[in-house]
Amino acid sequence: MNDSTLVNNMPNRSATSSGTLHNRANGTRPQDSTRLTKGQIERGGKTLTGICVGIVLITLASLIVMVTAKGLSTFISDGISPIAFLTGQVWDPHTLDASGLPTVGALPMIVGSFAVTLLSCAIVIPFAVGSAIYAVEVNPRFGRRFFRPALELLVGIPSVVFGLVGLTILVPLIRNISGGTGYGILAGSLVLAVMVLPTVTSLVIDALESVPAPYRQSSAALGGTRWQTIWHIVLRSATPGILTAVVLGMARAFGEALAVQMVIGNAPAMPTSLTQPASTLTSILTMNMGNEAMNTVYNDVLWSLALILLVMSLIFILIVHFIGRKSEVKHD
Amino acid sequence: MTKSNGAETMKYSQRSIRHAQRNDKIATGVLTAIVAAIFVLLISLIVYIIASGANKAFDLQFLTSKPEQFKEGGGIGPELFNSFYLLVLTLLISLPLSLGAAIFLVEYAPDNEVTHAVKTAIEVLASLPSIVVGLFGFLLFVISFGWGFSILSGALALTIFNIPLLVRVIQQALESVPQSQRDAGLALGLSRWETTVHILLPCAMPAIITGVILSAGRVFGEAAALIYTAGQSAPALDFTNFNLSSYACPWNIWRPAETLAVHIWKINSEGVVPDLAAVSNGSAAVLMICVLLFNLLARWFGRHAERKLMSE
Amino acid sequence: MSENALLETHDVRVRYHDTHDALRNINLTFCPGEVTALIGPSGCGKSTFLRCLNLMNREIPHCHIDGEIDYHGQNINTKKQNLYDVRRNIGMVFQSPNPFRKSIYDNIAFAPRQHGIKDRARLDEIVEQSLRRAALWDEVKDVLNKSAYALSGGQRQRLCIARTLAMNPEVVLMDEPCSALDPISTHAIEETIGAIKAEGICVIIVTHNIEQAARISDKTAFFLLGDCIEWNTTEVIFNNPHDQRTKDYLTGRFG
Repeated sequence: MNDSTLVNNMPNRSATSSGTLHNRANGTRPQDSTRLTKGQIERGGKTLTGICVGIVLITLASLIVMVTAKGLSTFISDGISPIAFLTGQVWDPHTLDASGLPTVGALPMIVGSFAVTLLSCAIVIPFAVGSAIYAVEVNPRFGRRFFRPALELLVGIPSVVFGLVGLTILVPLIRNISGGTGYGILAGSLVLAVMVLPTVTSLVIDALESVPAPYRQSSAALGGTRWQTIWHIVLRSATPGILTAVVLGMARAFGEALAVQMVIGNAPAMPTSLTQPASTLTSILTMNMGNEAMNTVYNDVLWSLALILLVMSLIFILIVHFIGRKSEVKHD
Repeated sequence: MTKSNGAETMKYSQRSIRHAQRNDKIATGVLTAIVAAIFVLLISLIVYIIASGANKAFDLQFLTSKPEQFKEGGGIGPELFNSFYLLVLTLLISLPLSLGAAIFLVEYAPDNEVTHAVKTAIEVLASLPSIVVGLFGFLLFVISFGWGFSILSGALALTIFNIPLLVRVIQQALESVPQSQRDAGLALGLSRWETTVHILLPCAMPAIITGVILSAGRVFGEAAALIYTAGQSAPALDFTNFNLSSYACPWNIWRPAETLAVHIWKINSEGVVPDLAAVSNGSAAVLMICVLLFNLLARWFGRHAERKLMSE
Repeated sequence: MSENALLETHDVRVRYHDTHDALRNINLTFCPGEVTALIGPSGCGKSTFLRCLNLMNREIPHCHIDGEIDYHGQNINTKKQNLYDVRRNIGMVFQSPNPFRKSIYDNIAFAPRQHGIKDRARLDEIVEQSLRRAALWDEVKDVLNKSAYALSGGQRQRLCIARTLAMNPEVVLMDEPCSALDPISTHAIEETIGAIKAEGICVIIVTHNIEQAARISDKTAFFLLGDCIEWNTTEVIFNNPHDQRTKDYLTGRFG
């Protein structure tokens, strides 16, 4: 693996490495010493692909390190207390509080992010699980030929398009029904629900399909109806997979920026109702990162919000791993 | 699956069986309704997006002219070009990298902690919010490297966004090539590299190309990773200009480049264009049609290549 | 043991994950122009042993081969050994036919080309010669550019044999080459084995089919649970085995 000069420059080695075997006079054996030996080709390939892996690893590592460093500078160099940051309910970076520091309570955005995430998942779960059951248990042919492709199509729709549709249809609709501006957590959650639905549904379908057929047959053989089989056998043994699907959906919802930003109203205040303008971590980041000069306190605080996003996505991955490991243990 | 034949021997009363059967019917009905609702939603969404922008999307003037900021009649010419240019650059960078990483993981990676870490890293990369990827690109390429809002910064941010998708696709494609093909190559005294490049990759190619086209659709519609890397402005382009340092030169990778998806977001969040609805609906329709075409192309190609590979 | 031994194993032992012994102390000798059959019930280690001889087991993670494998009197089971050369000289045919997804011509020409033969006329010659040796030439000479998957199962397997012969190996390892084939194709393969044996090639074949072992082999080794129980001429093994377990297996009491 230490061999980056894998090309052409090493004609001498071929002689030594192929010399160990009895050389038979044989027409198919080329005796051309300028060619790379198989060993050299192999080392070259390994090095080349190893470099690719290295680049990916370095990219991720520098992403984590840089965002973390930037996000922590709020607390380290600007002197803002992490607790005040995480629990403060007022976000007004341009006014100073009693201690002479900007008022940067991130709680409204944190609550906003969690609210849209949880609400959208609450909406999605029945639809995802229900349609997945239909596509796997009730009508598998339809599932494979039409439903899966349709989901793939839905995954492909860009998030700004969802945001735009939310903005032009959903927000006026909510405004007409409940009054107010129409922007808010409800609009955000509904848009996210439609966005996350295909991802979660596909993963739930995978989970249901991986339930071994004998489980089903034995239940059917005992006289269970299809619904009994699904409810007691299939769903039970697919639970870890369904949970994983939901967590991954939550991760996607939590990190979605533009679609939410377009419909949530972007008011950095503690949300008190579902139809009142609110904001999320991503929406504030999207709105403001370009407006503030680098290395000002306000800019640093934005990076702290980004750090929360990063940490949350790591936590979601951890949860997925945890579920995976637990279900493995159970199956053994 | 019918339940009546075993019923007599069962200890259940007729009533509870009827109860169960009724539940079964209700459940099936509810499930059918859910699936129908999703289908109606999907179809009406697509129809709505395309229909509401159709008059603009098929208007050549709109597709080629430059956008206007304060008056009506702006087009999306530069945005459309930028979207495709960024997509091509992104694929040019991310495809070889992902191919290499996937080959390493499938063919060379020893079964140890390092490999495990790499696999986790790719999972983490896949789950990162694209706005975080964009912000990282902003920090590293735009600010630290001093490249400013540029096509290159955007393409690299999109590369980070695209790599985990591609690595996974290529990994799955390579893993689904039968082990016997690998054995055959190795047993002929070929190196793993030759076996992979000449035998496994051709077999995996249909799946890889399908995956690449699908990922292209995702990249094409991505905006959050771009607003702080490729920027939110689209200088007017002059296709006769080949001065690679000029902002008007389309091929200049150092110029800022607002893409179609970013354009939709930006005009809506600024809201100063007088014909905002028409322009954003038109742009969304164009974006949607492109993504649909990517999807159909991937599907068609997958089926075609599969048939070609399998047939004599 | 034998004077003209081509391939000899001394105390070959295979472990998976350092603990599980798949194979213990195998000492066998193989000579040119001789067919050796490896028989035994499933999981007895005969295929594992076969895959040691061309170092294919090296490709399996956590698989360790101990002991000596002497080829022309030289131990090849060393870290320094160039395993690509070993595999060129010791070819292998697999259980189910696995031609490449390429044309018939390229299936055979591919490996020689990778090993440095670029001359088209020379490649043509190798393709024709190899196909003739595998008794496939007459059937495919007009369709060389068709995909190998246009062939029948038996033809595919003979193509795989031809592909191996194109490397001019001294030893051909066969891992149940007929188990996926019908009797007529099996017969054709057995004829091919006879023909390449007559050329002086050393053939080592793993088979589940005891009659096949009796029909085609000169020597037979009986494996059971990772041990080689008995190794002798096929005649002795089938008519007068020394070990009761061999007798039990051949008379169908287990396996």
